[in-house]
Amino acid sequence: MSVSITIEHAHKQFSAYPALRDVSLRVKQQELVALLGPSGSGKTTLLRAIAGLEELDQGRVFFDATDMRSLSLRDRRIGFVFQSYALFKHMTVFENIAFGLRARPRRERPSSAEIHKRVGHLLDLVQLAGLEKRFPTQLSGGQRQRVALARALAIEPSVLLLDEPFGALDAKVRKDLRGWLRELHERTGQTTVFVTHDQEEALELADKVAILNQGVIEQIGSPDAVYDMPENAFVCEFLGEANKLPVHVAGGQAFFDDTPVFGGIGLNRSGPASLYVRPQHIKLADNGPLALPGIVERIRRNGAVRRLEVAVRGYAKRLELDLASTVAPAIGERVSMKFTSAHIF
Amino acid sequence: MSDITLAPRAPDREISGESLPTRVVLIACALVFLGLFLFLPLISVFAEAFKRGWEAYLTALADPDAASAIWLTLYVAAIAVPFNIIVGVAAAWAVAKFEFKGKSLLVSLIDLPFSVSPVVAGLSYMLLFGAQGYFGPWLKAHDLAIVFAVPGIVIATIFVTFPFVARELIPHMQALGTDDEEAALTLGASAWRTFFTITLPNVKWSLLYGVLLCNARAMGEFGAVAVVSGKIRGVTTTIPTQIEILYNEYNGVAAFALASLLAGLALVTLVLKTFLEWRYADAIAASSHR
Repeated sequence: MSVSITIEHAHKQFSAYPALRDVSLRVKQQELVALLGPSGSGKTTLLRAIAGLEELDQGRVFFDATDMRSLSLRDRRIGFVFQSYALFKHMTVFENIAFGLRARPRRERPSSAEIHKRVGHLLDLVQLAGLEKRFPTQLSGGQRQRVALARALAIEPSVLLLDEPFGALDAKVRKDLRGWLRELHERTGQTTVFVTHDQEEALELADKVAILNQGVIEQIGSPDAVYDMPENAFVCEFLGEANKLPVHVAGGQAFFDDTPVFGGIGLNRSGPASLYVRPQHIKLADNGPLALPGIVERIRRNGAVRRLEVAVRGYAKRLELDLASTVAPAIGERVSMKFTSAHIF
Repeated sequence: MSDITLAPRAPDREISGESLPTRVVLIACALVFLGLFLFLPLISVFAEAFKRGWEAYLTALADPDAASAIWLTLYVAAIAVPFNIIVGVAAAWAVAKFEFKGKSLLVSLIDLPFSVSPVVAGLSYMLLFGAQGYFGPWLKAHDLAIVFAVPGIVIATIFVTFPFVARELIPHMQALGTDDEEAALTLGASAWRTFFTITLPNVKWSLLYGVLLCNARAMGEFGAVAVVSGKIRGVTTTIPTQIEILYNEYNGVAAFALASLLAGLALVTLVLKTFLEWRYADAIAASSHR
């Protein structure tokens, strides 16, 4: 029972600032979409608008072809997982999960035996069998998260919406749950939208990532597309790390301080611009065309790679680049850098 | 390794840094104050009440006027407290869960009975419903009595005790937010079901606490009731007004016998309140621990 979601020209104004500005978005059946953005970008407002928890000033939300304005909150069948989980503290795990089934009108309500069967099945699904008599306060963060998910799934929702699903968990649990959610999605095929400020989470989990900023979707696409082909400076700066270099574009080349540093740029561009290059896209090379000289100032260990900070004449900051090889230049050494890939905005 | 050495903590000092004599003096001050202003008067109430022994005490309570006052007090509280529970819960719910224009005005209005002297409240009801009041002639024409009768006492008591329930609930409900209710609604629960299965159980301890204070005040209210009741013996006297009448007649034992009932109520309230605070602190900690 999976549906597609269409949002058309959504606009929402909070007293002082617009939270959503003319946002349109389409989520296909069975797709897993991440809404990614800094805090205050409108991502949670958009998720709540899809759920019907927030009323839009303008714009419409459709599930398949049904305009959601025609349905009350309880008829929408939304599986919503709150950032706080919003578990009912005075109810056991079992009662929490069964809540949606027991709240149904009498003629649609499953029998007690049926409810027990369904809850048991969900407990297995979220790997919490045996904990049904516990209260939420007696569970760990990760377990609570899974109870919230099971509770949302119990009503057989048409879409699953998750607000910062892993926000309150520690790093190890986050990673485990992430893989687990991906698996669950593959098994259930539920159309799913989740909000996150963690880009790693969004890129790893989602089929499609929508990047929001100040109430606008800056770019939407597959994780590869948004990471490798950012459409604007915000996306480029927001996703991953990038050095920002002021350049002058002329004749298909970008010049930094009269030194040509990057080529192959469309000839229709010229004039001052910003060049973004990721640390892993700078390599050390011999002098030659399109090379930028500098002096190594610092070397730091950064996970699997070594991070070099290189001072370049005429550049206030230092260029950062990642070096995977075991041989590294010494501090103070003169190096020559080439950009294997860069974005110009 | 590190060459930073940690200074050993002075063993004879608490973290607050107050020296022992200072602490002793401060605690002694508090105890002396409590003894003089709270325990001594309380003990003297019971001492006076039992001055002539058990028999005199029970006789004083069995007096028809006293019995009538006790009965009326219970009767008024039995109407005023449930009324304020319903209206107070509704007001707290509206303030804590919804955004609307004039919300801060409503919050101030809820507090109004705290800031207005009960006597003034009583007088304003006289002005409205008294024989010379705005609605006086109409009420007289329809043979309805509000002032100098039980309805006036009930209205005055409701006014004076209104803030207790709402005041307890508003901060608690606000702290809880609306996530639980929204979750229940998305799961398909009706508004009523959400209210009774989610909202009310979440605030049950603070509600009980508010009800307790509301009840204690409803039974102990003097000022407003004294004005609107007219203090007709055996008809419109409540425990507090009956105490005043007896005291003015130098009937010490009878006055203090009734007073001991109110003092006993205060003690029971205090014990229950302490118990609830202890329970309630637990519940609050559990609800804020997400």
